[in-house]
Amino acid sequence: MPIEIPMDKWPGAIRTITLGATAAEGGTRSRTITVGGEKSLPFLHFESEMPNPPAIAVEIKDRRPDDWSPLLLKAWGEAAENPVSWAKAAEAAGADLIQLSLSLTDAAGNPNTPQAAVAAVKATLAACGLPLLVFGPGQAEMDNELLVAVAEATKGERLVLGLCEDKNYRTIVATAMANGHLVSARTPMDVNLAKQLNILISDMGFPLDRILMDPTTGALGYGIEYGFSAMERLRLAALQGDSMTQLPMIVTPGFEAWKAKESKVGEGVPEAWGDWLGRAINWETLTATALLESGADILVLRHPESVRRLNTVIADLMAAPVTA
Amino acid sequence: MALSGIQIYKLLPQTNCKDCGFPTCLAFAMKLAAKQVELSACPHVSEESKAQLAESAAPPIRLVVLKSDGYEVKAGNEVVLFRHEKTFYNKPGLFIRVHDSQTPEEIKAKVAHADGFKVNYVGIDLVLDGFAVASVSGDAAAFSAAVTAVRQASHRPLILMSRDPEILAGGLQAVDGESPLIYGADAQNWEAMADLAKKHHAALAVIASTLEDLADLTEKIKSRGVEDLVLDPGGRTFGPALTNSTQIRRLALKKNFRPLGYPVITFPGDVGDPTLEPMLAAQSIAKYAGFIVMDQFAPEAIYPLLVLRQNIYTDPQKPIQVQPGLYEINNPKPEDPVLVTTNFSITYFSVANEVEGSGLPAWLVVTDAEGMSVLTAWAAGKFDAERIAKAVKGFSVADKVSRKRVVIPGHVAVLSGELEEELPGWEIRVGPREAVDIPTFMKQAL
Repeated sequence: MPIEIPMDKWPGAIRTITLGATAAEGGTRSRTITVGGEKSLPFLHFESEMPNPPAIAVEIKDRRPDDWSPLLLKAWGEAAENPVSWAKAAEAAGADLIQLSLSLTDAAGNPNTPQAAVAAVKATLAACGLPLLVFGPGQAEMDNELLVAVAEATKGERLVLGLCEDKNYRTIVATAMANGHLVSARTPMDVNLAKQLNILISDMGFPLDRILMDPTTGALGYGIEYGFSAMERLRLAALQGDSMTQLPMIVTPGFEAWKAKESKVGEGVPEAWGDWLGRAINWETLTATALLESGADILVLRHPESVRRLNTVIADLMAAPVTA
Repeated sequence: MALSGIQIYKLLPQTNCKDCGFPTCLAFAMKLAAKQVELSACPHVSEESKAQLAESAAPPIRLVVLKSDGYEVKAGNEVVLFRHEKTFYNKPGLFIRVHDSQTPEEIKAKVAHADGFKVNYVGIDLVLDGFAVASVSGDAAAFSAAVTAVRQASHRPLILMSRDPEILAGGLQAVDGESPLIYGADAQNWEAMADLAKKHHAALAVIASTLEDLADLTEKIKSRGVEDLVLDPGGRTFGPALTNSTQIRRLALKKNFRPLGYPVITFPGDVGDPTLEPMLAAQSIAKYAGFIVMDQFAPEAIYPLLVLRQNIYTDPQKPIQVQPGLYEINNPKPEDPVLVTTNFSITYFSVANEVEGSGLPAWLVVTDAEGMSVLTAWAAGKFDAERIAKAVKGFSVADKVSRKRVVIPGHVAVLSGELEEELPGWEIRVGPREAVDIPTFMKQAL
């Protein structure tokens, strides 16, 4: 019998955002990455073409991290000793983007400095042609100090600076505006809070097509259902025409999954948890898969094997033939 | 779709006889519309109306129940496309597949291991639902032997897989009295398969490669008298599987399209690359599968899948709670600090994870705050001095520790005065507002 598939006709669309700038565009990247542009829910090609595949960012640090799972350090090996070799290894592992997370202190425990942050960012940019996201250590004062220096030293690169949060966004937005960068705006798993922060940022005169929104997610078992539903609701609101939610979404399943006990701890856990490495990678990849299905445009991952698997899955989801 | 109270009222006798226990037919109709009573409470309703009401009351996705001795697995009865709109009801059954080319010993070993698999997540024991037995040998005796081998190792519900009715007949004989799922009926064998399903009270999976063919086939099978159907629309990789399951769910819910108003079965192992199997199973969980048949049984993949299923199928109105109690983290001794939090699972895990990660030992008092986070519970009056004191006393914390000092979350600093009154002899300390700052606080302030 003939079947008429119910199609959603959405009035709204997600903004298209380009990360990074080539020499011709005022930067030094060998390529740029464009995300967003969706006119329907993820990967429903029978309804409308999905113009850009979700991108994978690999998170690296400006120095060998003290608190990362030994499994991650083992996987990256010596590359994790400095951001230059790490960025190259991440690119080779299949990253579309590099997220450089700045540390709070140097290896000796002294506070990070703007000079050191700028040096790390510049070295990373020189080592690898991918667009870069630079995230502060997560303490407002330090974030502002480091990111302003980084933004000024890399004018025109279209970096993504993070994180903007409701309590600390003005300085980062101002420097991104002055130096031609983008920002990532994070709010805790709530449609209205996400919307509100986007409004506050755009009220400063910052263009919406330079904002990524991070609705925050929890890992599997640690609140993924809240992140999942917040993302579905944000995406539905955007498609229904709410312009303040029509921003591509960036989420950090790597960070979330690798802080779960299931990934961090290999000994003294129940036998039913199975093999440690297998479990940890499943924790990251299953979290990431669920977030892809709920509308993620950028997934920030940590393990190279997770990058490989997600690249394969994204290619498959993007290649879906039109069946209707 | 479901009828309104007024539409139902028009189908009732309208005599207000009160035999149903309600004062008027309209009151009864309203209760029917809200699904709070059964139509059978009305002794006078006409057969014609009954049929009409039954048709409208049927769920848009039929509930299919597989049963075995002491177990059942339900799929279907879903009413929304997105969990935030209401909730997803019946968690997709997770099955492990074995083949009749394996020896009975191999089958028994795999099945026994998977059957006994149990993992605790926030106080809930998560388990697998059943097994699929696939005929690959083409030999009826081998298939029956495989089914018998599974039954020797597990009593959980089964999916019997062959396109040959004669091969299936032997397997079905071995599980007589149960309600397994037969996989499956296609354009060639559907008549014989429907008859088998009917004879054995089994559910029947229907296989076709387009939705049109699938709908034609379910209608034919239904008219032969089998209604407990499960759909396999094909599509073994991520993209096509997502398209199929979304289209079927939309047709059922938005158009009340009966020919596809059944649960969907998926086979993530068919994706080929074994490292992708758990990810395709994850997609099946998030996007509408009713039954999921896995080829690999690996605890490191099954555990996260069971957790994901639990998360996605959590009622958004009712957060997952942790059992209130006194939790020991990093083997605390009597002199170690006592921290207080609520029993909302994410709050608990945030706190427990940070403390655990710090390597510092502590006692964690998880207060019954009806599953709310610290601030929400405080605002709702579910996390106050009285409740905290009750927990500290109720869990006999004083018997376990030598230093009578409790740390309360920074967000409820305002409670410290009151808590001093409720817990005489205890020192009340105010901790950080965010869990992430607990390790530093413990190192520097305790």
